[in-house]
Amino acid sequence: MRIDLNVDVKHLTRVEGHGNIYVRIRDGVVEEARWEVVETPRFFEVMLKGKHYTSAGILTARICGICSIGHALASIRTTEAAFGVVVPERARRIRLLAKHGETLQSHSLHLLFLATPDFLGLPSAIPLMTIAPDVFALAGRLKGLANRMSDLFAGRTTHPTSLLVGGVGRMPPLKEMQQIRDELHKSLDDLRVATEIVQKFKIPDFTRETEFVSLKGERDYPWIGGNLLSTDGVDKPEREYLAMTNEYVIDHSTSKWAKLSRESFAVGALARFNNNHRFLHPEAWDVAHAVGLRPVSHNPFHHNLAQLVEMVHVTHESIRLIDELIDLGPGTLAVPVEPRAGEGMGAVEVPRGILYHHYVFDDDGRVEKANCVIPTTQNNANISHDIEELARTYANTSTTNEELSLIAEMLVRAYDPCISCSVH
Amino acid sequence: MRYLGIEPVKPRVGIFDFSGCEGCQLQLLNKEESLGAFLSALEIVHFREGSSEASDDYDIAFIDGCVTREDEVVRLKKIRSIAKLVVAMGSCASFGGVLRHRNYIDLDAANREVYGDKPKETGKTRAIHEVVKVDVTIPGCPVSKTQVERIVQHLVLGVPFHDVVYPVCVECKQKFNTCMFEKGTLCLGPITRGGCGAPCPTGGLGCWGCRGATVDPNLKEFKDLALKRGFSEAEIDERLAFFGGFEGITCASI
Ligand code: SF4
Ligand code: SF4
Ligand code: SF4
Ligand code: NI
Repeated sequence: MRIDLNVDVKHLTRVEGHGNIYVRIRDGVVEEARWEVVETPRFFEVMLKGKHYTSAGILTARICGICSIGHALASIRTTEAAFGVVVPERARRIRLLAKHGETLQSHSLHLLFLATPDFLGLPSAIPLMTIAPDVFALAGRLKGLANRMSDLFAGRTTHPTSLLVGGVGRMPPLKEMQQIRDELHKSLDDLRVATEIVQKFKIPDFTRETEFVSLKGERDYPWIGGNLLSTDGVDKPEREYLAMTNEYVIDHSTSKWAKLSRESFAVGALARFNNNHRFLHPEAWDVAHAVGLRPVSHNPFHHNLAQLVEMVHVTHESIRLIDELIDLGPGTLAVPVEPRAGEGMGAVEVPRGILYHHYVFDDDGRVEKANCVIPTTQNNANISHDIEELARTYANTSTTNEELSLIAEMLVRAYDPCISCSVH
Repeated sequence: MRYLGIEPVKPRVGIFDFSGCEGCQLQLLNKEESLGAFLSALEIVHFREGSSEASDDYDIAFIDGCVTREDEVVRLKKIRSIAKLVVAMGSCASFGGVLRHRNYIDLDAANREVYGDKPKETGKTRAIHEVVKVDVTIPGCPVSKTQVERIVQHLVLGVPFHDVVYPVCVECKQKFNTCMFEKGTLCLGPITRGGCGAPCPTGGLGCWGCRGATVDPNLKEFKDLALKRGFSEAEIDERLAFFGGFEGITCASI
C-alpha cells in the first residue's frame, strides 16, 4: 500500500499563541514534519533596557497572560540576587502560595478546559455545559478556586499587584486565608473526581526517549530557585543557566530553539515529575499510580497526567503553607532595597517548565541588559522532533489525514505551549 | 436565558488575538461563578484559544492585542469587513499597552540583538483603531471581566452602559486603602480612568495607569504634587509612558 499523508494546521487551536503543524508523508516516507512558531516578536528584553528595577517585574509580567505570576517572581528573584536582598519568611511563603495559585489555575485551565475536549471528541469545553454539566461545573470550581487563591496571594491572577522587590505588598486578610484553606481541603474531593475522569482518557501509546530538565529538589518538590538538573545527569547551579539552555535561532520560527545533551530536551510538569517524584505528597503519588504515570516517563502525552499529579501535590502543600502563615501572624512583609550595579539570575518553575530571567543593572538600579529564557522556547525543538517521530510511527499505518492531524494537535497541546511567551 | 420575559437574540461572537500576552481573552474564561451565563448569552463561533470551531460569520469581534506585523493588518481588515461591531479589548488593543515601548526603540537593532543574522519580520506597534474603525474600547491590562460582562449585557439585552468617568482614586477610597503617597509610593490613581476596582494600590504596587487618562485629567497639578512629594521627573514620565494610555495627552510640564 502506498501511503500519502498531509497535515497542515495553521494557528493551532486551544493553545496560547500562534503555531503551525506541518507533516508531509509520501509513499510511507516522512518527507517533512515540523512545528513552526509564527507569533509576532515583541522584544521585551530590549524594552527592558533603561527601565528601573521597580518596573522590570511589571513589564515582564506582560510577557504572558497565563504565567504572569511566574514572570513577576522570576524577575524579582533575579533583581534580589543582583542586589543581595534577603526577603522575610512571610513574604517567602506568600510568594510560594501565589506560585501555587498560578500552577493550579494554569493546570486546571489546560487539563480540564483545553485538553479534555480532545479525549471526549469535542471541539471545545463549551458543549460540556449541556452534555456533561457536572464535569463543566467541576472544572469551573477548580479553576475558580485557583483564581481566587491567586488574587488573594498575588493581588491579581493575571498581572499580579502585590509581588514586589524586597518582599510582598500586603498580608492577605486572615478570614480570607482560612476560607481559601477550607476550600482547598474540599477541592481534594473534586480532584478525586478529576482523577476518575482522567483515568478514562485513552492516552496514545507513544514514546520517544527525551532528556528532561527541571529545578533539582533538595528536600521539597522545587518551585523557586536552586540547582538545575537533567535526566541525562547534567547538574548545574542556577547562575549557569545558559549552559543548560543553549538557545539558537532557526529560519522557520520566531521562537528560538534550545538543546542540551541531545538535539532537544523537554521542560514542564512531566520533567519536574520525572526528576523530583520522590518529593511528592503521598496522595499525589497515589494519583500518579491511579492514572498510570511512572517515572521516568518518555511519553509526551503524559504531561497531562503530570499536571493532575501536581495539582494534588500543590493543593496539599498550599494547605500546609497557609497554616504556617496563619501561625506566623502579622509582621514584616518587605525589607528596604538598596540598588547597586551588578548581575543576577533567577530560575522559577512556572506551570509549563523552568523559566529564567537574567539582568545586568547599573548603579541606579536600571536594567542595562536582559535575557529571558521561556519554558516553551526550551520545548519547541522537542515538540518538533516528537512530531517527526509521531509521523514516522503513523507513516505506514492506515491512518487518515484527519486522524494524524488530531493526534499531532493533541501532542502539541499536551506540552501546554505558551507560544506568545516563547516569542517575547 | 430570558430577560424581562423576552428571549434575547444571541449575537454571533468572534474572539481574535493579535500581538500581546492573550491575558485579556483569558479573562473571558474567568469569573467562574457567572461563566455559564456569560457563555450562554453569546454564540461564540470563533475563539482560537478556547475552541477548535472556527466560523467566518459573526456579528461582534472582540480583539485582544495590537498590530505589529503586516499579516496582522490583513487579518484585522478582514475581521472588520465581516463584523458589525468591533470591540478593542485591553490596553494593547486600545492604545498599544506595554508594547507601545517598542515605538521608542530601534527595531532593526533589537531584531539583530535577539535574532542575530536571521532577523524576523516586524514593525511599529499600532493600536487597533490606528488600523481599522473601532466601535467600543475597553482598556485595562488586563480588562476587567465585569466590564466586559456589562458591555455584553448592553449589546445583547440593551442594558444601558456608561463608561466610567471617575478616576481610580474613587474605587481605591471605597476599599479603605491607605493612600500609596502616604507610604512614599508613586500612584497614578488620581489621573487614571477607574473601572478596575483599584487592584494595584490595594496590592501595594500603586496605580501604573493601565487604563489611560480619566476624563479631564489634571496632569499639571498631578505632576507638581508628585514632584513635591520627592518623585523625580524621570520616574513620573516613565510611569506615564508605561502603558501608552497617556500618549498625546500633554500639560505644561510634560
Ligand atoms: S492589555 Fe495587558 S493583559 Fe491584555 S493582552 Fe495586552 S499585555 Fe496582555
Ligand atoms: S493610593 Fe493611589 S488610587 Fe488610592 S487614593 Fe492614593 S493616589 Fe488615589
Ligand atoms: S489600579 Fe491602575 S494600573 Fe491597576 S488596573 Fe487599575 S488602572 Fe490599571
Ligand atoms: Ni507563559
